[in-house]
Amino acid sequence: MVRLTQLIRSSLGYKYLTGLSGLGLGLFVIAHLLGNLTLFQKEGTAFNAYAEKLQALGPVLILMELGIVAVVVLHIWSTVQVTLSKRAARPIGYEVTQSKGGPSKNTAGSRYMIVSGTILLAFLVLHIIQFRFGPGVAEGYVTQLGGDEVRDLHRLVKEVFADPKWVAIYTAVMIFLGFHLRHGYWSMFQSLGLMNPRWSGPIYFGAKALAVLLSLGFIAIPIYLYMVFGGLI
Amino acid sequence: MKVTLRVWRQESKNTQGAFETHALDQVKPEMSFLEMLDVLNEQLIKAGKRAVEFESDCREGICGTCNMVINGQAHGPVRGATTCQLYLRSFQDGETITIEPFRAKAFPVIRDLVVDRTALDRIIMSGGYISVKTGPHADANANLVPKDLADRAMDAAACIGCGACVAACPNASASLFTSAKITQFSLLPQGQPERKSRVINMVNAMDKEMFGSCSNLGECEAACPKKISIQHIAIMKKEYLFAALSADYREGMGSSETAG
Repeated sequence: MVRLTQLIRSSLGYKYLTGLSGLGLGLFVIAHLLGNLTLFQKEGTAFNAYAEKLQALGPVLILMELGIVAVVVLHIWSTVQVTLSKRAARPIGYEVTQSKGGPSKNTAGSRYMIVSGTILLAFLVLHIIQFRFGPGVAEGYVTQLGGDEVRDLHRLVKEVFADPKWVAIYTAVMIFLGFHLRHGYWSMFQSLGLMNPRWSGPIYFGAKALAVLLSLGFIAIPIYLYMVFGGLI
Repeated sequence: MKVTLRVWRQESKNTQGAFETHALDQVKPEMSFLEMLDVLNEQLIKAGKRAVEFESDCREGICGTCNMVINGQAHGPVRGATTCQLYLRSFQDGETITIEPFRAKAFPVIRDLVVDRTALDRIIMSGGYISVKTGPHADANANLVPKDLADRAMDAAACIGCGACVAACPNASASLFTSAKITQFSLLPQGQPERKSRVINMVNAMDKEMFGSCSNLGECEAACPKKISIQHIAIMKKEYLFAALSADYREGMGSSETAG
């Protein structure tokens, strides 16, 4: 066996870590959208019940959240290493650069993953402050659910997306999410050595379809809430 | 036809380089790119100036030495071709063509368009070989090789080691080259004895040369004159992981120090 530190610190090690942590985050994004689909129920009871179920997990929820934070940190560390190696590997750049097209996946979206990733990170911090640590029971955001008093998270979501500024910001960030996932999902297979001639077509198409679906799914929520509670539909 | 060339000129490894502009009035569409450079050099020599240094050997697309970046693309705009197989009919009359050397920390410029690519040789030396029996030569087809594996190994073996993958990669990664040199053996029965040590040693050698890490951008496959697929990079990643985690692998195995 090769020492684990050597494996991780090789140029391929960064790719395994990026792929594995990306897999974790990619699955989280899917689960998050599925959970948030409850927002399409106007009354908000489904969403509040979902939020309450998560809250009821108590210490398990905290552990899950810390786990996600750890995966995010790992993803940042490995991708920053790749970015740094890129700078060091070509100190003098080209005067002219031009993609040769064909099988190349070299587009603005794939080349600037570090930029879309940074935008997503900033968004993640904002999103957590806004909702996870936003006003709760203590601030009067309370609702009745099956006889119990629980946090009315639905009211908070509704209020945030009554402001077109937030609808616009969330929509813009979710477009970046789409581009990030578009290169990320298929890259995960490539980086973990799971690509092969037979499956490359379906994997590449599947990644694109999933990225578009997730991006549109997340964009639909704030727009729906804005239109419903703004009385537009 | 007429073309204007903006060529990178650099005296030596440690001097500053700059672009130089030259106009060529009497070139023909059927001239190869290298023949056009020959015309330029004759013009320069007649004017008492130093000729533009560039590498070329076979001029039939198999030696991998005529390396340059033309208008931002390694080996120019045509897919599956080296610079010597590129003809002026691929350019517009009156076009300005920018010619730069391959750019990477691991490929220092020696002069003008000539770069030092011995980093690739050192990767090969670290594991790009197989064990063979000495003595009378074996019967043909004594080793049975499945046709599909033979085809895939041959696709990888088509690599001419020009380094266009490194030049085209936005990260200056040598992953396509290194993976092709690994998979051409790992897919075949003849490559099995050194299978694990080869991938570990060659990846380590690649990292030591300060090539960048792969970001799965696939520009290397587009630039490769032999159209080698990035699927070989996926195979390399799988092989490295299995070898690194394998209980049989010991450090230093198969390296040139212990092989003797």
